[in-house]
Amino acid sequence: MAALLEAHGLKAFYGQTQALHDVSFSLQPGGITTLLGANGAGKTTTLRCICGMVRTEGSIKLDGQPIAGKATEDIIRLGVGHVPEGRGTFTNLSVGENLRVAAYTRKDKVAAERDLGMVFDYFPILKARVHQQAGTLSGGEQQMLAISRALMLSPRLMLLDEPSFGLAPLIVQEIFRIMRRINSEAKVSMLLVEQNAALALELADHAYVLETGRVVMSGKAADVKNNEAIRKSYLGY
Amino acid sequence: MEQLIQQVASGLANGAIYACLALALVMIFVSTDHINFAQGELAMFSAYLVWQALEWGMSFWLALPVVALFSFLIGVGIERVILRPLHHAPVLSVVVVFIGLLAIFHSLAGAIWGHTIKAIPSPFPHFTFVGSGYIGPHQIGMIVVTVMLLVALFAFFRFTPLGLAMRAAAQNPASARLAGIRVDWMLALGWGLAAAIGAVAGSLVAPAVYLEPNMMASILLYGFAGALVGGISSPGGAVAGGFIVGVLENLIAYLGNLLEKTTGVYVIGNGEKLTVALIIVITVLTLKPSGLFGQVSVKRV
Repeated sequence: MAALLEAHGLKAFYGQTQALHDVSFSLQPGGITTLLGANGAGKTTTLRCICGMVRTEGSIKLDGQPIAGKATEDIIRLGVGHVPEGRGTFTNLSVGENLRVAAYTRKDKVAAERDLGMVFDYFPILKARVHQQAGTLSGGEQQMLAISRALMLSPRLMLLDEPSFGLAPLIVQEIFRIMRRINSEAKVSMLLVEQNAALALELADHAYVLETGRVVMSGKAADVKNNEAIRKSYLGY
Repeated sequence: MEQLIQQVASGLANGAIYACLALALVMIFVSTDHINFAQGELAMFSAYLVWQALEWGMSFWLALPVVALFSFLIGVGIERVILRPLHHAPVLSVVVVFIGLLAIFHSLAGAIWGHTIKAIPSPFPHFTFVGSGYIGPHQIGMIVVTVMLLVALFAFFRFTPLGLAMRAAAQNPASARLAGIRVDWMLALGWGLAAAIGAVAGSLVAPAVYLEPNMMASILLYGFAGALVGGISSPGGAVAGGFIVGVLENLIAYLGNLLEKTTGVYVIGNGEKLTVALIIVITVLTLKPSGLFGQVSVKRV
């Protein structure tokens, strides 16, 4: 099966500082792949590379089409939904406006309306708060809103940057349960970055482990989970 | 009493102009976080364009939209060509560029059309109505046009997808890009809208004063005061602020005159109107930096 996303020899730079040295990975369509690693390993940077948000060398292909060097908004328009670190809420806009902004590039307004219904089905709380200023939502609700904004793009691939960050365990469980539903029902492939390795390996089918900007191991999620050496040295549990 | 009403009415009329200019300032501020010091000169330049169009035999109501559109393109062009390379530059560099633009448009107007004053006739028909004694038709026309402009802008930002995208791009550029919005173009669009609004302000003020390269210098200050009073982040507030400043400057001068008449002591009069504007700016910045209607964003962390 052809890879949905294929990255080869990624290097990334913040000014003079090199954050990624040689990262390669590939994503099968339909699956959930997770990038694991400690703080500063380059997980967030890898996602930012895919979306053209950081100076990058190396090749990135989406469905065989090279996307490295393209502008962020053009990559997004190819069907990549990015749920960013820090959730990226439009705090002064209402919840409904946040969702409508995300559908800005959609040509088919009927389909966008249908997706809005789907989003409200996944996250009923957002429907209840549709007129509320988004900055007043709780952290968990803002995370739901961030995922929903990505969904409103009708993406093929969703990049999720630590959706569990700073949230209560019960909320995290709910969000991960819905992510699984989105993956299977809406047929959205996912690349998930997580610090919470146990949780991510539970959800994902494939895993890559990063350390200081390099891939140190990869494989089926189950294999990574069962490899005690890896778990102890890289994942810390 | 009659004089008081007259002062308030003429204050409202001046306020309409300040409101227009304040609106243009806010437009650029919300989309780029900068105060465009060249806004007044751009408006003056547009007023000259209207004058030129009139000279060529166009009617005012045809010239205004044409010039507004042309000014829109100038605004977009300035953003794309001059400001785009400065997107990551420190704010001081941008300020210097604005002052440069101010000088350029000032000199350009002088070089093309000369420094002698010109007149633009009022586009509004002369008619008499109840209260004609207090306020002229041009003044009424200015107020009506300003209010219409505000309503149109409000509708644009509130109800159209493009307006929503512009607000989103202004507020959180990174997230807007992740929604597929071309943020750079939204900034250019903001500049274009500001220039078009400025064109309306310039061509409305020109019949009330005379057309010359310096005509906007003090008006920009009032517009700035208006934008600050209303809240530099709020278009509706800017318009209200413009009207407030217009009325306030007249009332204070009126009270000063009254005081002089009764006590013989001269405290403040027509000559100090500009000072009043500056005092308003300082007072607002000290006491309520977000202005009367400025949004203090609620954020939960």
